[in-house]
Amino acid sequence: MPSSTAVEASLPIQSEMDLAWVRQHVRQAAAQLGFGLVAQTKLVTAASELARNTLVHGGGGRMESAAVTRGQAHGLRLVFSDEGPGIADLDRALTDGYTSGGGLGMGLGGARRLVHEFAVDSTPGSGTKVTVVCWVTPPPRPYGGL
Amino acid sequence: MSDRLQHGVTSHVPVLRLGEVLLVTLQGDLHDSDAQQLQQDICEAVANSGVTGVVIDISGVEIVDSFLGRVLAEIAANASLLAARTVVAGMRPAVAITLVELGLTLPGLRTALTTEAAMELLTHHDPAAGRGRLSQELG
Amino acid sequence: MPEHQAAVSEGTSARQVAEFLYRHSERIAQRWADEPLFRSVFTVSRDEAVEAARAVAEALARVAESERVHDTDATGFVVVREQLARMAAARSRAGASMAQVSGEVEALRPPVASLLVEECADLPADEVREYATALTVLMGTLRLVVLDTALSEGQALIERQQLQLLEVATPVIRLWDGVVAVPLIGTLDSARSQVVMETLLEAIVEQHARFAILDITGVPTVDSLVAQHLMKTVAAARLMGAECVVSGIRPAIAQTIVHLGLDLGTVVTRASLADALAYALHELGVGIVAPASGGAGAR
Repeated sequence: MPSSTAVEASLPIQSEMDLAWVRQHVRQAAAQLGFGLVAQTKLVTAASELARNTLVHGGGGRMESAAVTRGQAHGLRLVFSDEGPGIADLDRALTDGYTSGGGLGMGLGGARRLVHEFAVDSTPGSGTKVTVVCWVTPPPRPYGGL
Repeated sequence: MSDRLQHGVTSHVPVLRLGEVLLVTLQGDLHDSDAQQLQQDICEAVANSGVTGVVIDISGVEIVDSFLGRVLAEIAANASLLAARTVVAGMRPAVAITLVELGLTLPGLRTALTTEAAMELLTHHDPAAGRGRLSQELG
Repeated sequence: MPEHQAAVSEGTSARQVAEFLYRHSERIAQRWADEPLFRSVFTVSRDEAVEAARAVAEALARVAESERVHDTDATGFVVVREQLARMAAARSRAGASMAQVSGEVEALRPPVASLLVEECADLPADEVREYATALTVLMGTLRLVVLDTALSEGQALIERQQLQLLEVATPVIRLWDGVVAVPLIGTLDSARSQVVMETLLEAIVEQHARFAILDITGVPTVDSLVAQHLMKTVAAARLMGAECVVSGIRPAIAQTIVHLGLDLGTVVTRASLADALAYALHELGVGIVAPASGGAGAR
């Protein structure tokens, strides 16, 4: 079992510099949990999109990361939370091309396609919480032992 | 966290001029403001120098999110208005897969495997320029 | 379970069974060694079979001693789990079905049960019944443990083979300087498409390939999901600076694609791998010229 020291973290998202920290932390945590290069890249990209949402639309917030297990599988859970205005029309926000902040409108919907599990909890006026989980494909067991 | 200095900042992006082409090499984690600054720098450089091509080497870039994707697309669009063609070179496989999953296929962007291939693409307009090499070898 | 007044408590009977198993582990092992389960696994020497059987008997004794005759996770099983897994794996390699293995484990019970009855001939009948029940439960738990290990072994084997199949099934071939191809054979599911995409893109980098050919001659059906994966691969290759050509679209598949209303859009397609290669060579500016007729005739 990988140690969780570098995986568990709570990082502030208050500036552009923090976005870089989030990316770096997620990269390291994903590598430590045994994600492959492509999976790492997807996770870091998703985290970058979501952290930027937190910063730009939520007015800043935090990211919590933790290792999770389910049965044999283990993975990484990232929670992005802010206390901003919230998302009034969630379905629309998840639609590609919809943007309120001058991006390509791929942030939320795009990030959803990069992870295995995706949940948004948003109340207009009291903030948004986005939770994503990515699972490491269970590695093949060593061939010996028979 | 002693690597704040090592990794954190990449504000300076070198822009080199090679003949008729601007060569921009992106490396590491690019901050949003750096990317925007770069967009402006390239735009000005193209306008001032009158180059006909821009090559952006991203082989050292580990992730391209929608923000950087948009910046790349806009650099190409800006350059195009100034009569210069832009080629993005050396995108890593993992980055390409992620961009596609993200939904960003950047259809207007020219791409090349390497900086050399990009330079070749910009200097030889005719795709069939190298034609005849094999016929010579076999002949 | 106090609904009927047992002659002895459950815990007591479990401990009695434990003591019985410890005392007679050698005799039980001798009897088990002749049963199909042990006999067919340890074919080389009977001593080996006896030793393995004794290990199982002693493990059962420890489980009974801890009064957890119902519990497949009882710590007593831990030491023999690996051995049981090996035995179950050996049986399934020999072609025994799960039901057969289960039957063979069940066949271990009667020899022990008869020994128990012999041993307890002087005790009151209802007491003996309690012991026999405890033993039966214990042997049932053993059967579950064996099946459980066999199943997870089987699962691990399937996972390993799936992975091997993925690797075997996606060779990337260099056809020409700057041209690579993946001949796809068999059904493309999501996991395999992912591997194909990653393998092909890596090959593009390694081989400096400007053209990548995805040949789907050997793919039986193309549904919208497969088409979507092909499109994604094409798009990713394009982002890297390479062009993908999809070849080998058989008439039936072409019809399906049209029927499903799938838009392969900007994807370059060719009927055969040869056509795709010709296209790539043409785009690379390479021409193929037939040798003069006199030259070839010499061979």
